[in-house]
Amino acid sequence: MHIPDGFINIPTAAGAAALALTGVGYSVKKAKGELDEKAAPLIGLVSVFVFAGQMINFPVAAGTSGHLLGGALAAVLVGPYAASLALTVVLAIQALLFADGGLTALGLNVFNMSIFGVWSGYAIFLLVRKTLRYSNSALLIGSAVGAFASVPLAATSFSIQYAIGGEGTFAPSTVFTAMFGTHLLIGIGEAIITTLTVGAVLKTRPDLVYGKNKRAKVTS
Amino acid sequence: MINKKFYLFGLTIALLIAGVLSFYASSSPDGLEKVATDLGFIDTAKDSATSKSALADYAIAGISNERLSVGLAGIIGVIATGLAMYLIIRFIGKKKN
Repeated sequence: MHIPDGFINIPTAAGAAALALTGVGYSVKKAKGELDEKAAPLIGLVSVFVFAGQMINFPVAAGTSGHLLGGALAAVLVGPYAASLALTVVLAIQALLFADGGLTALGLNVFNMSIFGVWSGYAIFLLVRKTLRYSNSALLIGSAVGAFASVPLAATSFSIQYAIGGEGTFAPSTVFTAMFGTHLLIGIGEAIITTLTVGAVLKTRPDLVYGKNKRAKVTS
Repeated sequence: MINKKFYLFGLTIALLIAGVLSFYASSSPDGLEKVATDLGFIDTAKDSATSKSALADYAIAGISNERLSVGLAGIIGVIATGLAMYLIIRFIGKKKN
């Protein structure tokens, strides 16, 4: 899912970077109020866990692998604002130190994973949990569904960027179909890792789980 | 579980995943790379400006033992991420007052 340099032209990447910067800036502003002594260490732990998790590519089909995005996972555990911040730090470290994801493509990647991935996963989590009436199993099912959906949705965000500024000459619908299909499979792995992790925290420290105390305000 | 134990346990898990399990990760192309290869736009990829970094592609330049190389890179990544996050949270927290 990490876009290398060159796939998407510079104007589109710059536009995505501006959107990403705005989104992350807003997230920082909103997360500020939540950074008390209790929440702050979990945000740090979530960021290192997402970094570690993203190193583990799992096979999904012949010759294809996928890895955790962590957007829904982070949003359920620490809230969407802190999650956007945590994932942005992970993506920046990956691009700067490990050449994973391009430098000019960093804005595209931050937009897809730290903003779109986080918020799509979180919105779906809230809706599912509300529908299932806020039990602990509703929290886990919501995490699973949100995590699952966030992956093909982030892939869709890439497909839109490619349609706007892709350097290749492929029909947007072809790119979308291939990306969406492949990432549906990766979404299953995302759901499994997210549910196991949220479940483990819920079992040991339910008081720390942000999503447990939040009631759905999102309506769409 | 008390705070200290919980965080120590969590950090240990992250270090084990990045430092040990990472060696066993699939080396197949990820979803985007696979689609780009199948459709044929993988050639438009350019090397990142950091592609010559001593840690590029989660391997430490000069360490030929793959297990050690990726494992150490992973541990460095966990520490770098944690440190960056710590500094940012401290900075943001300070501005609040």
